[in-house]
Amino acid sequence: MDTRQDRNLPAGGGGAVSPLLDVKDVTLQYKTREHLVTATWRVSFQVHRGDRFVLLGPSGCGKSTLLKGVAGFMRPVEGAIRLNGKQVDRPGPDRMMVFQEFDQLLPWKTVRQNVLFPMLTSGRCSRAEAQDRAQRYIDKVNLTKFADVYPHMLSGGMKQRVAIARAMAMEPDILLMDEPFAALDALTRRKMQEELLRLWDDVRFTVLFVTHSIEEAIIVGSRILVLTPHPGQVRAELNTHGLGAAEADGETFQTLQRKIHDMLFAQRIEEEEKVAAHV
Amino acid sequence: MSDAKLVPAIRPEYELQPRDAGLIGEIERPLSIAERVTNQLWVRRLAILVVLCVVWELYARWVNNPLMFPTFTDVMKALYEAVFKGPLVDRTLTSIRVLLIGYACGIALAAAFTTLAVSTRVGTDLLSTLTAMFNPLPAIALLPLALLWFGLGIPSLVFVIIHSVLWAVALNTHTGFMSVSETLRMAGQNYGLRGIPYVIKILIPAAFPSILAGLKIGWAFAWRTLIAAELVFGVSSRSGGLGWFIFENRNQLETASVFAGLFTVIIIGLVVESVVFRAIEARTVRRWGMQR
Repeated sequence: MDTRQDRNLPAGGGGAVSPLLDVKDVTLQYKTREHLVTATWRVSFQVHRGDRFVLLGPSGCGKSTLLKGVAGFMRPVEGAIRLNGKQVDRPGPDRMMVFQEFDQLLPWKTVRQNVLFPMLTSGRCSRAEAQDRAQRYIDKVNLTKFADVYPHMLSGGMKQRVAIARAMAMEPDILLMDEPFAALDALTRRKMQEELLRLWDDVRFTVLFVTHSIEEAIIVGSRILVLTPHPGQVRAELNTHGLGAAEADGETFQTLQRKIHDMLFAQRIEEEEKVAAHV
Repeated sequence: MSDAKLVPAIRPEYELQPRDAGLIGEIERPLSIAERVTNQLWVRRLAILVVLCVVWELYARWVNNPLMFPTFTDVMKALYEAVFKGPLVDRTLTSIRVLLIGYACGIALAAAFTTLAVSTRVGTDLLSTLTAMFNPLPAIALLPLALLWFGLGIPSLVFVIIHSVLWAVALNTHTGFMSVSETLRMAGQNYGLRGIPYVIKILIPAAFPSILAGLKIGWAFAWRTLIAAELVFGVSSRSGGLGWFIFENRNQLETASVFAGLFTVIIIGLVVESVVFRAIEARTVRRWGMQR
């Protein structure tokens, strides 16, 4: 099978299929010590099975908050988040999250135990099956040799790979990734993006991916939701399923990148002008 | 200052092939035996102890006053006598039994307090207020009150030990829970953990360095409180503890035996610290890379 060709196919089978994740008019607010901040305002989007759906926007556009809403860590003040038609109201192992921070692994467990832990505590599968899955996904992220070491002995990229293996071994309905490669160096980041795409080719999971890098969004995503900041609102939803790291120097890639850049940047200039006018 | 912009000199490019490792010489070499021996903590500690003992012996001989300051060898003799012919083993066991009862009760109460403190805001306020009030209060100061309430005997001792353990352990455990990173908490909740399983499987291991520190401090507090309390009211129903042993021998001006009693206190302290707690540390926080 020519996987490369396959990746270029549009995700989903048209409008008739019901979405896996349905986010409808969601407003999210959180409190800081002094303020009540509206992070997103009436955001709607739908993720279909097999999508590599990217939430893209500058800092302050509420993309991470949105992901936390989908994960169930936050309840929307308005609107609804439905997964498979069921309202999301608490965190759960059907939506596994990969965080940006390296300290998401449990330091008191080895790589293998870390991957096993959610499978066993959630009672999703028997011990034997969990062992089997853990080994399979540890192999998939190329950490076979490191299966029995503790997280503090791993590099940042390896830790993120463990986190990905741990999330994928659960075979969740949807994989949530909150800027998982943002804290990595540029070379490792590129490698991890390629690995993630390879894994997707292999397993065909559904992923909701948050990033602030336009380039990363285009490479990793099959569909991009562009959000504008303060508060986060939907600016556009774009198809990028044909574009990967290999096309990064191509005309289409560059044009798209510039287009998204303008979408986000033009807005900011307008806003700054508005602020300037007020002053 | 010149107006010309600084231009770095352009140097020729070059490429090199990596050399054969044999050419470079040793890349990795085992440490010498002397280096490895001195890298062992217990060797260094033992060396310090030996030096201290020699200094003690020499000074005591120079002072030459066995009533005030017996020599190291005299103390060792007295210790030997007390262990094999005297009541020292019995006394020590009595002390340790009381200590363990008090320590266990203290930890249980601390666990209850901390659970309350992490689950409700009133609990947090209660714990922080009580800790601020009682932590600075020396447990031994409560002994007269304890004697009034519980009479001469083990209950009074257990009471003061609980007081000395409870606040230190509760405070440290609570601080530990508070400092568990948000990411780790969210990861735990993401697995669907809630309530008691969440506390046992995520919070306690994540806060373990602080909890262990609390347990160590609690242990030291308990030990010194116990010895001091035993010094004050000594014997109950014919079985006194180590503190009583020290007090008794001082009354009889058996200074070497007093030293032997103190020595036992120190040795037990050292053993618990460097064997029990160190073993726990090595198997947990050190292995997990939470502590160097």
